[in-house]
Amino acid sequence: MLARPGLPDFEYMKAESAQDVFHLLKEKGNEVKLLLGGTDLFVQMRDRNESAGILLDLKYLPGMKDISYDKKTGINIGAAVTLNQISAHPDVKKHFQILSQAANTVGNYQLRNRATLGGNICNASPSADMAPAALVLEGEVSLSGPDGERMLALDQFWVGPGKTALKECEFLTAVHFPNPPSGAVGRYLKLGRSKMGDLAIVGVAVLGYPDPEVPAGIRFRIGINSTAPTAYRVPQVEELLAQAPLNDELLRQASEEAMKISAPIEDVRATALYQKKMVNNLTFKGLKEVWSQLINS
Amino acid sequence: MVTHTISLIINGTEEQLQVPSNMTLLHALRDKLGFTGTKNGCEAGECGACTVLVDGEPMNSCLVLAVELNGREITTVEGLAEDGKLTPLQQAFADLNAVQCGYCTPGMLMSATALLKRNPHPSEVDIQEALIGNLCRCTGYQRIIDAVLKASRNGGER
Ligand SMILES: Cc1cc2nc3c(=O)[nH]c(=O)nc-3n(C[C@H](O)[C@H](O)[C@H](O)COP(=O)(O)OP(=O)(O)OC[C@H]3O[C@@H](n4cnc5c(N)ncnc54)[C@H](O)[C@@H]3O)c2cc1C
Ligand code: FES
Ligand code: FES
Repeated sequence: MLARPGLPDFEYMKAESAQDVFHLLKEKGNEVKLLLGGTDLFVQMRDRNESAGILLDLKYLPGMKDISYDKKTGINIGAAVTLNQISAHPDVKKHFQILSQAANTVGNYQLRNRATLGGNICNASPSADMAPAALVLEGEVSLSGPDGERMLALDQFWVGPGKTALKECEFLTAVHFPNPPSGAVGRYLKLGRSKMGDLAIVGVAVLGYPDPEVPAGIRFRIGINSTAPTAYRVPQVEELLAQAPLNDELLRQASEEAMKISAPIEDVRATALYQKKMVNNLTFKGLKEVWSQLINS
Repeated sequence: MVTHTISLIINGTEEQLQVPSNMTLLHALRDKLGFTGTKNGCEAGECGACTVLVDGEPMNSCLVLAVELNGREITTVEGLAEDGKLTPLQQAFADLNAVQCGYCTPGMLMSATALLKRNPHPSEVDIQEALIGNLCRCTGYQRIIDAVLKASRNGGER
């Protein structure tokens, strides 16, 4: 007798090739669940007592655990790369620092040895911590299907809580991030119920870079999670910031605009009003930190 | 129910076992092999009581399938002491009363062992960060942190 019920029933299979995946998904449809680190999947299956015909492990497919950086095109991160690998990778730390910051805020160290970038993105949680950073870096997903590979911008990949634009028989193979504009500085600020280890009540990613073409001399990109059905950018606010000389008052005005756009719902972690106010605070704090880093560098 | 024959190298000794697909490493260790040092606290990745090392890196054994780890090296709390001699970390836990009920201790030891291996001289904040995934309902954490600091001064993980 087990002391605890453990996981609901399923058959574990390791996918050896992409063809395997298409084939099984075509033949068995909803009976198949795709597995990377399992830190979302196992918890959900246990909570919902949801069995599966087959749990198909995608970690060992070629390329799924690779990170490749190219000075011209940017970085490609395989779906099965773990968050600890991301936070420690020299090219990520050097050129995509905000990704490594975001990865470090997820759960805890031992969890991040299993939790992957691909899982965080495919789980499509509104509070996913990799999402705001991935949005300001303008990441694109590589999706593999029976008809070949296609690329899709992340803001089109998430369509609702737990819902993605993945088509039947498709799966995520990698996430591509183009090089950020030169001189870019990024900051991910996450508020949880505790300082570390909790899910985000609100998370805000700010990326700033010099741009002599705009009156502000600096352009910002802002990505926000936990306060709408999916993580989102706020282009209106980014535009507002670009079109006037920067000062504290403008940053405050922009943060309030971001707050107005946010649309949180009451949940176990916080009231909607609190989340809105925290969008305001974290956006201001993020903008201010990035701005001062840019003028001091 | 589909079963798999796998081998795990546990604390240096190879073990062959039959596991159903849905058996986590936690259940394989506790219920199949009798390594009950590894504790079951939540089975949801929240408490860290089930932490073991897989190829030297800490993982929540409740969130890994045994079948996924065929051929891999697992270290449990039973594998820390050698010939009955505690590691400096274990000794520091005992010396500083970092243990009360003891339920969190095996997981704490595994996470802290891995920390000291990757960072032999951690700061207090480094220790807090490394142990965020290990909950303790008794000690208030300070003695645990002090024990890790003491062990780091006494020569790392071994
Ligand atoms: C204790 C705990 C704390 C956590 N804290 C945080 C936190 O602070 N921040 C945060 O953002 N998340 C957190 N999480 C959630 C989770 O750890 C992360 O979302 C993680 O990155 C998921 O990755 P995974 O590899 O474990 O995904 P999996 O669980 O393997 O997969 C997630 C989902 O994606 C699907 N999927 C997997 N791979 C593919 C693919 N290649 N193509 C299509 N679909 C696929 C799966 O079927 C599943 O539905 C926490 C979880 C736990 C248990
Ligand atoms: S039992 Fe695994 S984290 Fe609690
Ligand atoms: S000593 Fe009791 S839970 Fe930590």
